[in-house]
Amino acid sequence: MERIDKIKAARKVLAEYKYEPTEIIRGYNNRTLYVNIETLEIKEKVVTDFMKEKFTGGKGFDLYYLWDAVKDDTKWNDPENEIVISPGPLGGITQYPGAGKSLVCTISPLTGLPIDSNVGGYFGPYLKFSGFDAIEIQGNSKEEVIVFIDGNAHTITIEAAPEDAIDAHVISEEMADLYAEDDDDKMNISVVSSGRAAKISNIGVLNFSFWDKRRNCARLKQAGRGGVGRVFRNKNIKALVVRYRGTHGDLNNPYDKSKLNTAGLRLHREMKHNDDFQCMMRRSGTAHVTDIMNDYDLLPTMNYQYGSHPEVEKLSCYLFEQLYLMQKVPDGCWYGCSMSCAKAASDFVCRTGPYKGDKVCVDGPEYENAAGLGSNCGVFDPRWVLEANFYCDTYGLDTISMGTMTAFAMECFQRGLYNLDDTEGLDMRWGNGAALNELMHQMVNEAGFGMLVGKGVREMKRIFAERFGKPAPEYEHMLKGRKWSTMEPPQEKLIPTYEFNPDLLECPYLKEIEYDDAKVMEEIAGTPLACPGANNREAFLGKPERWEKIEGIPTISRDEIADYPVGKPYYCDDPLCPYTNGRPWIKMTAEQIALMQDIGMENKGMEYSEYLAKESLAQQGGFALCNKGPQHDEAWLIFMDMVNGQIPTFEDKANALHYFPMIRTWFGLHGLCKLPWNDVEPVDNYKQKNANRVPEHMKNYFDIVEGVTGIRLDEDSLVAQSERVYTFQRIFDLRRNQPTGAGTRKGDQPPYRAVGPVTEEEYLSREDRYDTQMKEKIGVDPAGKSVAEKIAITREYRLNQYRQLVDAVYERRGWTPNGIVKLEKLIALGMDLPQLVRVIRPYLKEEGYWPTGPEYAKYETM
Amino acid sequence: MKKVVADPKLCVGCGTCEMVCSKAFFKEEDRTKSAIRVSEQKNGEFRIDVCDQCGECTEMCAAMAVAPASNGIIRVDKKKCVSCLICVAECVKDNMHYHNNERYPFKCVACGLCVKQCPTGALSLVEV
Repeated sequence: MERIDKIKAARKVLAEYKYEPTEIIRGYNNRTLYVNIETLEIKEKVVTDFMKEKFTGGKGFDLYYLWDAVKDDTKWNDPENEIVISPGPLGGITQYPGAGKSLVCTISPLTGLPIDSNVGGYFGPYLKFSGFDAIEIQGNSKEEVIVFIDGNAHTITIEAAPEDAIDAHVISEEMADLYAEDDDDKMNISVVSSGRAAKISNIGVLNFSFWDKRRNCARLKQAGRGGVGRVFRNKNIKALVVRYRGTHGDLNNPYDKSKLNTAGLRLHREMKHNDDFQCMMRRSGTAHVTDIMNDYDLLPTMNYQYGSHPEVEKLSCYLFEQLYLMQKVPDGCWYGCSMSCAKAASDFVCRTGPYKGDKVCVDGPEYENAAGLGSNCGVFDPRWVLEANFYCDTYGLDTISMGTMTAFAMECFQRGLYNLDDTEGLDMRWGNGAALNELMHQMVNEAGFGMLVGKGVREMKRIFAERFGKPAPEYEHMLKGRKWSTMEPPQEKLIPTYEFNPDLLECPYLKEIEYDDAKVMEEIAGTPLACPGANNREAFLGKPERWEKIEGIPTISRDEIADYPVGKPYYCDDPLCPYTNGRPWIKMTAEQIALMQDIGMENKGMEYSEYLAKESLAQQGGFALCNKGPQHDEAWLIFMDMVNGQIPTFEDKANALHYFPMIRTWFGLHGLCKLPWNDVEPVDNYKQKNANRVPEHMKNYFDIVEGVTGIRLDEDSLVAQSERVYTFQRIFDLRRNQPTGAGTRKGDQPPYRAVGPVTEEEYLSREDRYDTQMKEKIGVDPAGKSVAEKIAITREYRLNQYRQLVDAVYERRGWTPNGIVKLEKLIALGMDLPQLVRVIRPYLKEEGYWPTGPEYAKYETM
Repeated sequence: MKKVVADPKLCVGCGTCEMVCSKAFFKEEDRTKSAIRVSEQKNGEFRIDVCDQCGECTEMCAAMAVAPASNGIIRVDKKKCVSCLICVAECVKDNMHYHNNERYPFKCVACGLCVKQCPTGALSLVEV
């Protein structure tokens, strides 16, 4: 407790605010909280009927506030950028599974767009029970602060917090120790924190905690995508803490509790009886998907080149279950979730980093972690995956982006776009789990190649192109010492070694795997971990040599590199530049840069989530048409499209890309989780009309909305609720006017790797499939054609298919061919708000879609 | 640990046990608020459902409100319960109950009041 005393002693209250308690009425407090940590202003705002009608709550409220908070050109790190968190009107009900979600929005450092994240943990419900339907955090504090909301004492304080920890698993437990009156009271505390790496990495997450009484530790759920954590740490916030004692099922003052009880019990029973033979969420969490994705060739492997791998058993949920997961524990991230998918690996021992040797509780592995940090990086060692999972969480990094970024960096390394010289000795070959973790430690230490990787795929592409050229070949003979091209590092240092663990071999699942390196493992048992460190470049390459300057080659600064011509040698003006190392240098070639554009799995600036979309045209749209960037939480249509063939035509796909994003948006408006909707189903669901929509569960949602708010929805009114906010967000993207072209057709273009095979290896790995498609779908005989020709034909066909898909989707959504929301559509949705009309008007006029007629006259002057 | 054991052959379906139970715990005579339930079968015989204290309902309680007391009886701690009703679904024997007018689920705590009042001796309190 010494540590807690020290934290307490250093705390200083900078601002305090007392508020009157209110009663929640049918899901709404009708009040939100505004906290400015720079000016120290704390105030309440009234939730208007207009807000509820147009924006419903949750993500809707977040975007509504965010729009007003920022200017058109506000950057992510400007003080006016806000982090808004809202639980939604159904948030906090305990009777129906998956109802504790918080929705988080901010301007993303990755995309420059509004990002929305849906996260578990107890913060949202406790915020609501404390009296607020949302919290806005604005301003950039000069000193490290925490914001504490005491929902029972009705006070809010901003406190200077110089001694508090930053890493999420530490601060979440320390806050529980600090604020809880006793052990039972820890369950009444929830902490929002980030981690040390979020200070410098664009992929920072927010961790939302809940106290796991059985494991006696703080558990963390992540608002993962888009770098909210970086905004949080840039604001100098260490944590938001809420305490609320007295949770029970009536706190939302529901209109008709019987509807909640009936629908909830129906789903609880389905979960108990069906889950074990459906999705096994209770048993394994989302990690059960790994094997299924591999079976269907959908598991992103080595930067989305392939969809399966022979070693996938090493990432199987059965293996994780056997080795790490505590079973039969109610792992819900909010009370009442009988799906309980939030699994944890207790007593995991770290092998690297500042927590080396510590027994920690890892929240995961989720599927995304196993796929992103595992197969996508070629890492087929469950322990490295779990370690990376742990460090991502506690350092405040998004596991999905981390996986996709590392996979991209590894592929560029494997393809020789940069070398060990550029990474200061960090071996970025496929499968180096130690390097994966080291990248994160480097971010925390603010040194090394990890600093570059932490910027995200989009920035990496730019920086690689500028800096990772190569020594100008015509001068190579003049260079002393080893030539760049033959500089092979000493092999023995590069084998990722691990301590031999006999338990691993006792696992029944592993026994079935041909573990051909088992003997190697035995031999190296006990050898210390050869972790490629940040600054051991010399160990790999010897002391760097310097060369005399050659006359006639210009010296340019880094800022000038972008505009400098390809193929022309230059010197970097920094003689100690780690990239050029004092040699005459040329930029990457246009082909290399084009390759990076194809294989860099980002859209709108955000990294793809972990599904292979090559064989599902609808999912290609599901990713690249997503408002925030390519996250599958808008639409996951792969099975419907590719496996079951239920949406064969462009019109079918466009309908699916209208309906499903609206359903999924809807969960975010209400504080709900998507998983209980279709990751468990009634046994006779397949017999229902529109079985993909899980009609009985949709009825449950109509019931629980009525049960809480008293409003009876049907399918149309439900979709309309979503469409209003979805359209608002699309226009918000357009308003941000980003170089990615987000909000227009340009922004909806996927990298070609997400559409089809980029390289010869990729084509040849599935040659039969691609050849057959060429014959049957394209009508071209592949016989006698070179692989390069076949790749080109496939590419042209697939990109054309994608163009047609986008045309169909825009048409279905009521947008112009450039992806601009038409005025008529806005009016039909009741969203003809002046601020939206002002954004779309110049685009519609330029494209000739501005409607004429007296009824539209008023929109001219809005 | 004690538990209520029923001999349905002796039951005449008078419902006294249900009334005693709801009266004791909810101050009203309402069989839907009773932790013991009597139902008539198609063959005219009666079926008596009452908790056998197996404890299966405890495993999924996130709040750890449903747990054995020191005497082994499974109880719902109202101070901890958040009324999610997962325990109701977890009981495959349907002996964890809820009522829409009540905040918390309820179950038999083997108090023995119904045993004392049963006119035919169909119920007994057994030490296990």
